[in-house]
Amino acid sequence: MTPNMDYVPLITLPIEWEWTIMKLGQILGISVLLLISLAFLLLFDRKVWAAVQLRKGPNVVGPFGLLQSFADFFKFVFKEIVIPAGANKTVFILAPLITFVLAFTGWAAVPFANGVVIADLNVGILYLFAISSLGVYGIIMGGWASNSKYPFLGGLRSAAQMVSYEVSIGFIIITVLLLVGSLNLTTIVDAQRDGIWMWHGFRIFNFAEFPANILVGVVMFAMLVMFFISALAETNRPPFDLPEAESELVAGYQVEYSSTPYLLFMIGEYLNIVLMCAMVNLLFLGGWHAPWGPVDNPWLGFLIFYVKIWIQFFLFAMVKAIVPRYRYDQLMRIGWKIFLPTSLAAVVAMGAYVTFLAPTATAVAGAQ
Amino acid sequence: MLATIAFYVLAVIAVISAFAVISARNPVHSVLFLILTFFTAAGLFVLLGAEFLAMLLVIVYVGAVAVLFLFVVMMLDVDFVELKQGFLSYMPIGAIVALALLFELGLVASAAISADGAPIAIAPAQPGGVTNAEAIGQVLYTDYLLVFQMAGLVLFVAMIGAIVLTLRHRPGVRKQNIAAQVGRKRSEGVELKDIRPGQGLG
Repeated sequence: MTPNMDYVPLITLPIEWEWTIMKLGQILGISVLLLISLAFLLLFDRKVWAAVQLRKGPNVVGPFGLLQSFADFFKFVFKEIVIPAGANKTVFILAPLITFVLAFTGWAAVPFANGVVIADLNVGILYLFAISSLGVYGIIMGGWASNSKYPFLGGLRSAAQMVSYEVSIGFIIITVLLLVGSLNLTTIVDAQRDGIWMWHGFRIFNFAEFPANILVGVVMFAMLVMFFISALAETNRPPFDLPEAESELVAGYQVEYSSTPYLLFMIGEYLNIVLMCAMVNLLFLGGWHAPWGPVDNPWLGFLIFYVKIWIQFFLFAMVKAIVPRYRYDQLMRIGWKIFLPTSLAAVVAMGAYVTFLAPTATAVAGAQ
Repeated sequence: MLATIAFYVLAVIAVISAFAVISARNPVHSVLFLILTFFTAAGLFVLLGAEFLAMLLVIVYVGAVAVLFLFVVMMLDVDFVELKQGFLSYMPIGAIVALALLFELGLVASAAISADGAPIAIAPAQPGGVTNAEAIGQVLYTDYLLVFQMAGLVLFVAMIGAIVLTLRHRPGVRKQNIAAQVGRKRSEGVELKDIRPGQGLG
């Protein structure tokens, strides 16, 4: 059928508005997908934790307890919002909203598959880093606005902890940037497209450039492990969940929160964890590419990305289940005295590799 | 169209929140407004096409410096009445600083805009296809290398100064020796005794 040249659309929108509506649709789609996935990730977290402790975990609501998160959701939403009399009301309400909104904002720059991304930013990785470093505000504001001792201590702990670990996360990101020579997340993933030996976490298997692969492989694998541990600290996950350590601070910055504001805090926190999983995935584990080679089909790529995120979330859940909580001074010691010097040395090592040892293709990209 | 709307929204928020920084009664609110100002300024940078600078502003100022501001201000026990009494005596100094800043801003603006109102390009435009992170890198690490290194050195000196000022070695403080803790062996810590029934350790 030839296109009908007389066709007049009912509404003619300027191209900008059409673009806006399309983007809004994408944003809505990804947000809904994230929220539904999150419901099951929460259940998965509890199930893994239960399995490690030889319990059954939630198993009453729905088959295998699959609907537990939805039941919890309705429970939270229908409860009364309690605002303490001495609280700073505006900031008190604003804090969980900031956590919640920021947790979603980061996903704007995450490429889920080949070409599936809301905003393909030139500085995508910096954007993710910036958004994740803003996450501290929700916590510190919530802790302060509650006007109570435990939340305040929790807020202060969290601020110090997140600022400390951001430093090492920044340096670890720089090692990857040096290898790729670009700040664009799609480019970073495509640099790892050939297979597991090109994934930054597993460059040691890239025997084609022996013996340089041993240097890169060892350093980058260490960076993968350090990024994972820093991500635990950055998202206040056990064993670094000192801002909400129940044995010392009751529930830290969340003590005074109930009902929907608490729910927003919790969703924001878990979304940040998933965002960190996605960052590990994009930087070190090949994004949407399969271990044996490139995947250019968006649907298949999306599926692979999704499965990889679940695998990493499983690791987060296992760490929560089996590792005892750190003391605060131990946490600071690891961050400043071990991670910072190690990641700094890794930046120097990768800089040296890109300048002197790398095959010409990466060297040219890096030198620009 | 969209960019224009975005510009006006961001600009209005930036100006209002900047004003709120100095007019808010609660110092914590002031810092929160300051953060909002930084954030909207980053948004304006993005509109100008300087996304790298925008991200740096958010990461460095909002993500690190302002967190420490907030950290300190929250822990201060501020007496609002006393704060207001001091206002008049500090007024002249504040006015002088404000005038000096205004004068400097005027100088910069007059240097950047020529007589016919057209802006003067201070740095040459980058050729197409170069992202602005690369463009900044190429200028920063070549033409301005010395200035860049000196800025780093100044910050380094400031950091060491802060550490020297606050570092005190108090006698009698018990510290952990991590190496000693980790290097402990089972033989040093555990001793097995064979105890006969009814005798005890004696």
